[in-house]
Amino acid sequence: MSELALTPFRAHAPLRVLDGFGRSVRAACRYVVPASVEELAFAVEQARREGLTVVFRGAGRSYGDAALNTGGMVIDASGLDRLLAWDPATGVLEAEAGLTIEGLWRRTIEDGYWPAVVPGTMRPTLGGCVAMNIHGKNNFRVGPFGEHVLELDLLTPAGEVLTLNRQQNAELFHAVIGGLGMLGAVTRVKLKLKKVESGKLRVECISGKNLDALMDAFEQRLPDADYLVGWVDCFASGKALGRGQVHSAHYLHAGEDPEGAASFQVARQGLPSSIMGLPKSELWRVMRLFSNQPLWRVVNAAKYHSSWREHGRSYLQSHVAFAFLLDYVPNWRLAYGPGGFIQYQVFVPHATARQTLKDVLDLCHQAKLPSFLGVLKRHRPDPFLLTHALDGWSLAMDFPVTGKNRAALWALTERLTERVLGAGGKFYFAKDSVLRRGDVERAYSRERIDQFLALKQRLDPSNLLTSDLWSRTLAPSA
Amino acid sequence: MTAKLSRVVIVGASSGMGEAMARELARAGAEVAIVARRENELTRLAGEFPGKLRPYVHDVANVDEVPALFERIERDLGPVDGLVYAAGVMPKIEEGEYAFEKDRAMVTVNLLGAMAWMNQAAARFEAARAGTILGISSIAGERGRRGNPAYCTTKAALTTYLESLRNRCSRYGVNVVTIKPGFVDTAMTRGMKGLFWLISAEKAAKLSLALARKGNSGSAFVPSRWALVALIVRSLPSFIFRRLNF
Repeated sequence: MSELALTPFRAHAPLRVLDGFGRSVRAACRYVVPASVEELAFAVEQARREGLTVVFRGAGRSYGDAALNTGGMVIDASGLDRLLAWDPATGVLEAEAGLTIEGLWRRTIEDGYWPAVVPGTMRPTLGGCVAMNIHGKNNFRVGPFGEHVLELDLLTPAGEVLTLNRQQNAELFHAVIGGLGMLGAVTRVKLKLKKVESGKLRVECISGKNLDALMDAFEQRLPDADYLVGWVDCFASGKALGRGQVHSAHYLHAGEDPEGAASFQVARQGLPSSIMGLPKSELWRVMRLFSNQPLWRVVNAAKYHSSWREHGRSYLQSHVAFAFLLDYVPNWRLAYGPGGFIQYQVFVPHATARQTLKDVLDLCHQAKLPSFLGVLKRHRPDPFLLTHALDGWSLAMDFPVTGKNRAALWALTERLTERVLGAGGKFYFAKDSVLRRGDVERAYSRERIDQFLALKQRLDPSNLLTSDLWSRTLAPSA
Repeated sequence: MTAKLSRVVIVGASSGMGEAMARELARAGAEVAIVARRENELTRLAGEFPGKLRPYVHDVANVDEVPALFERIERDLGPVDGLVYAAGVMPKIEEGEYAFEKDRAMVTVNLLGAMAWMNQAAARFEAARAGTILGISSIAGERGRRGNPAYCTTKAALTTYLESLRNRCSRYGVNVVTIKPGFVDTAMTRGMKGLFWLISAEKAAKLSLALARKGNSGSAFVPSRWALVALIVRSLPSFIFRRLNF
């Protein structure tokens, strides 16, 4: 039972200083690591008896405070990672919630299946993907992760296990997906995977000299691309505002891939082991040297100008290499220095997206805090209760946090939030560290929040489940 | 970088250096949770600075109470930015006496209690990237003297524990200060023979807090001239040291 035997938890559970993936928020929490679903259930019950609050933590890949619980318990469920069933005939997989996207694709790719939706990193757990209802570069086409979930088991705070799907407990199913882990612990996920005919994608590169050009390139390809993602040089201003590069990708049909079935091999789904001749495990240290405005501006400009050499060209790339850019440089989050960074992703409706996003980029320039990285994506609505998606666009931005810029950065995000809310926009909890209660209410609507709170009241009347994110944004104020 | 000491927990605050530091901090405007076993003493002290000193009765031997008590203090005061561990006992060990229960009491109060409180503080301060942990160790930890094996052991252990803690958390902005007083005029030293360079608890408290406020983690003798004594004591070869009654 390891440290789970150390009860009562209030007196004996070890403390652990945990951070969000962006390293700019931290908390000291009581921390236990159950080795089985039974131990998880025991830990939840024990915490409930002691009046301690609980949050479940998977891989800790949310950028902000979603898996932190100051003063309460963090139950690390990443060890509950068994693959329970896999049927290559139907592409249906069942696993415990601690299984990671990496653990998943490694087991299915050689059977010709790829997860229908993946984030930019393969490290998150299925439980985390469900709780945040993560999206990928194909959100505009296939929706978020939740749309490919067939069924879930939910361990409620009362210790009951409920099976949720689109027929049984459908309301709860649509609330638990994207429900930030606040309705219970997901202990089993049943997923439908995507049948692919090759281990590779055809990727096309298009450079754009400003935001309009980038968005035009997106729109031309929306009808038939399987994936679309834009990189934005947020340092560029004036006529070049929003310049960058779009990558569009298509699944290959059988016969289009010269390697044939060999491309499915796990060994051919690797990431480059060195980048520009440097061992990638240490690359973050080099990036750290560039992690200041003047040099990062140069890096962005160099990346933009060199992108024109690939403009209009296409190549074949493995699923892994295309999907998991964030895994190219291990520990890249350390490159932002000891203060870490925040990621801030705005979702804006299509009709006014161009102007809104230009204003967002302009506001960053006015504050002299251009984002170090900008990522543009296209989205569509989905049926989940606390959804961040809409028929529109998102721009994700990284801002390094230092002792000096912190106040100015938070002030900037307030202005950005105001601009985005004014346009009817939304935000994404997995990437949030800054939103306030009022912002969230305007973005998600009082009606939806009340609907969620009613479900929470029903399943978790004593508010056993909480997180720093929940307390900051959605919990009814005391 | 100077350290803020605005909301402080002092464990072992009912007498000696702990009590003197509580007064000193209260005078400087801090809110202080004074923690000790003896309720009467705590109430008397708290009465001197109403609203500034808040009493919490606790026996450091009850290490299991510490997490909940720390939380209660933070509910009352708000987030704490300093922990002073001043609890310590030094029962007299007679010539020829071998008393495990006395040894156990010293390990419990001088060392285990310190670890129980410092774990709570260190985790919070590391997360906050700020905060001061001040431990009262002793020059007695510099060498294993024949007079009181367990006392020397607990202080050597506390000194090492604080050094490790400093190496562990100072990179996260946590200020970990080891104070190694010489002879201080407190209940602990009353009646002892051969004392020299004796200073008052008030003086020792002032010097210790001044060091802590500098904010640059470290270890110091109080007053500093004891560093010379420590140097000599440490340099004496064992075959000489064992013949001394020091």
